[in-house]
Amino acid sequence: MEIIMAFVIGFLFMAAVYLILSKSLLRIIIGTGLLSHGAHLLILTMGGLGGEAPPVLSEGAKAFADPLPQALILTAIVISFGVTAFFLVLAYRSYQELNTDDISLMRGSDEDE
Amino acid sequence: MVTVLIAILLPFVCAALIPLLYRRLRRVTHLGWFVLSVPFILFLLLARYIPQLAEGKTFIHTCEWIPSFNINFTTYLDGLSMIFGLLITGVGSLVILYSIFYLSTKESLHHFYCYLLLFMGAMLGVVFSDNLMVLYTFWELTSVSSFLLIAFWHHRKASRAGAKKAMMITVFGGLSMLAGFLMLYVASHTFSIREIVANVEVIRDHTLFTPALILILLGAFTKSAQFPFHIWLPDAMEAPTPVSAYLHSATMVKAGIYLVARFSPVFGGEAVWFWLVSVIGLVTLFWGSFNAVRQTDLKALLAFSTVSQLGLIMSLFGLGSVGHYYGYEENSILYTQASFAALFHLVNHSTFKGALFMMVGIVDHEVGTRDIRRLGGLMSFMPITFTIAVIGSFSMAGLPPFNGFLSKEMFFAAVLAIRDVEAFSIADIGLFFPIVAWVASIFTFVYSLILISRTFLGKLQPEKIDKKPHEAPLGMLISPIILCLLVVGIFFFPNILGHYILEPAMASIYPTFPTTSELTPHIHAWHGINAELLMTVGVIIIGIILFKTLKSWKPLYRLFSQKYTFNTYYNRMIEMSENGSQKLTNKYMTGNLTHYFVYIYVFFVALIAGYFVWSDAMTFNFDKDSAIESYELILVFVMIFAAVWMIFAKGRVTAMLLNGVLGYSIAFFFVIFRAPDLALTQLVVESVTTALFLLCFKYLPDLMPELPRKRVQWSKALISIFVGATVTIVGLAVVHYDRFEPVATYFNDAYELAGGSNIVNTILGDFRAFDTMLEVVVLLIAGLGVYALTKLKPRKEEADHEN
Repeated sequence: MEIIMAFVIGFLFMAAVYLILSKSLLRIIIGTGLLSHGAHLLILTMGGLGGEAPPVLSEGAKAFADPLPQALILTAIVISFGVTAFFLVLAYRSYQELNTDDISLMRGSDEDE
Repeated sequence: MVTVLIAILLPFVCAALIPLLYRRLRRVTHLGWFVLSVPFILFLLLARYIPQLAEGKTFIHTCEWIPSFNINFTTYLDGLSMIFGLLITGVGSLVILYSIFYLSTKESLHHFYCYLLLFMGAMLGVVFSDNLMVLYTFWELTSVSSFLLIAFWHHRKASRAGAKKAMMITVFGGLSMLAGFLMLYVASHTFSIREIVANVEVIRDHTLFTPALILILLGAFTKSAQFPFHIWLPDAMEAPTPVSAYLHSATMVKAGIYLVARFSPVFGGEAVWFWLVSVIGLVTLFWGSFNAVRQTDLKALLAFSTVSQLGLIMSLFGLGSVGHYYGYEENSILYTQASFAALFHLVNHSTFKGALFMMVGIVDHEVGTRDIRRLGGLMSFMPITFTIAVIGSFSMAGLPPFNGFLSKEMFFAAVLAIRDVEAFSIADIGLFFPIVAWVASIFTFVYSLILISRTFLGKLQPEKIDKKPHEAPLGMLISPIILCLLVVGIFFFPNILGHYILEPAMASIYPTFPTTSELTPHIHAWHGINAELLMTVGVIIIGIILFKTLKSWKPLYRLFSQKYTFNTYYNRMIEMSENGSQKLTNKYMTGNLTHYFVYIYVFFVALIAGYFVWSDAMTFNFDKDSAIESYELILVFVMIFAAVWMIFAKGRVTAMLLNGVLGYSIAFFFVIFRAPDLALTQLVVESVTTALFLLCFKYLPDLMPELPRKRVQWSKALISIFVGATVTIVGLAVVHYDRFEPVATYFNDAYELAGGSNIVNTILGDFRAFDTMLEVVVLLIAGLGVYALTKLKPRKEEADHEN
């Protein structure tokens, strides 16, 4: 199963990179979301997908799934959510101020040089 | 021996006091009188040690600075540093005395004297330092203070350009010298010059020995304006004349000479050292004197003559290094005489060149120009200045009864003697040395004659000069007169100088040679009719002929087109590096974010995939792979499908829904793989994100179609496929990594350790609670950011102001 998951993650990264390389700011944000999905799956898969029971202590359960990657992913999900929300509002504001969401047009003013 | 320490620090302390004094003194008297006391006191202080040094004593004093790095403020007073110390303080006193009358009180004198004192302290630091790092510190300080002094009249463009050029070249040399010093440290494990000299046999075979030699010489050559680094010196003539007289004839340009003399005992026996120092010195000697003839500005003429004379001294030290090769024996004493001649000429040059610069300053000051095409016939108006010029020039040309004659004879003797040396295959080109020296001496004679005749002889051209010429005030004449007295005095009593001052210095250059009085020859003004004397006669005869026929052969200089001077090359090099770096930066810093993403991904792929390809990291171990269930496969296909379709999604709602599909599949995946907390969070976050996107869509434009050229799309596809493949390879390689046990078993005791049975939650809230705390902070900051972005807007006028 881990082999298949490695390929799935590869597809996710591929799609994410393709979206990030596009001109539209919105596509780039969707791409970063995709990228974090790929990263989360990567963390979980690399910890091994074995284990009999969810990591909750209960009578009789012996082999748990590795709890540490799960804790790490939980933190990562929340952080990527915060960043995505911030990006979205940033895109909204930049569209409002610049009237475009084409990043090839966002090159700073001449005075910056 | 705290005296030397005081000698170094006193100028710095006084430089710090100058701003305070300037306010008090500016109405009472010229600031220079106070400054004059500093070098004068130091000169007397140092002169007291002459008798003790002549007896062969040396003085050392150490102040700890950074002992853990072997860097200590160690001062060392021996014969060699004494010569330079006396020159710096002696010529310094005279120059300051001269500058009191040269500079009016309207100039910003506090800056001038502050820089000058800084320079003096730095220069004393250079010559008295025993520690290489301290020496380097002071070395750069001389570069900086010289930079400030050259650009003293900073409203002039030429001053700024000259200062910049001098700074660039000397700092380039200084940095290579630092590298050389560090190599010496690696080879010898000490920064102390004395210890390096003592252990020279040990480090001679080290691989870094020759690179250190070349790098240190680079520092010496740039500072002493040797070929082809001489180009900064003529441009530095934009400085006030006292500065030119002090820095650019008597002291700073001799720092490189000092370095060569100081390191002679270390590198002296090497063939590389001999060839570099003596040949570069001779080329500089010839090129400087050859170019001095064509100059029309008196200071430029003197600048090139300084370059030429420095080359002479440098080549003499090179010839003297043969003595190190042979070691001490009866015959090798002969070759050490070149070093003696170098030291002797070093002193002589400081006297006559200082006087000549001051003379030019007087002419400039009293007549208003120093262009020889506008000057002439000043002899009857300025008899004393004329006398100074004659004494200085004839000494420079090497005529009796002036000290230049003695050093020139010794120079000729040294180049003649070198023909017979068998080492370093010198004999093959034996005649090269005397011939170049002789031709250069002829040119020296010619420009010395030009200096006198074009300025003082001939007819006065009143229509070309602004002021009516008259003799300078007495105060301005005192310093050059003292120097001229020295010029004549040294000719008649050369052995006083030789015995008391040069003899201890010879001991510093040849520390392994037992008796120093053997190394010090008795200088005779008349030494019989021999080859040297005949060469001098030849110089005079041919020099006069060349001078008389100057008009007919001066067009020869036009053959050397302005296009091919070293200045042009230097300027072109600077221009090329500026343009080149600008072009390069413009090429990759396009301002387009997509390009930067491309660099990042290409670099990522090249580095990671490259590592996996070139090393044996691609060993896969699939034994522990968990079993594949059919429902898992369905989920996998859904995920891949959603991800790939997202690329081709035309509308934003489609893209959003696909994102949701993907997010929920991942949540299901978490469910299947026994991560209930993750599944919960993922579901909630995915829902909120989708809602957020949909909310934002109201305010955002529709997804514009991506319509770039096909080729661009293909390269994007290629990069993304490579990134995906790289991540897959990494994943395959690291999965089931089993060299260490996972720490997970520790968390199985969660109930005993943390009192909770949900292990993931105990990790988040107890074992690794710091992560959680900071993650909360991240959310808080993101929330504040969102709030600020939506609520705070620049007011119109502020926005206009910013743009």
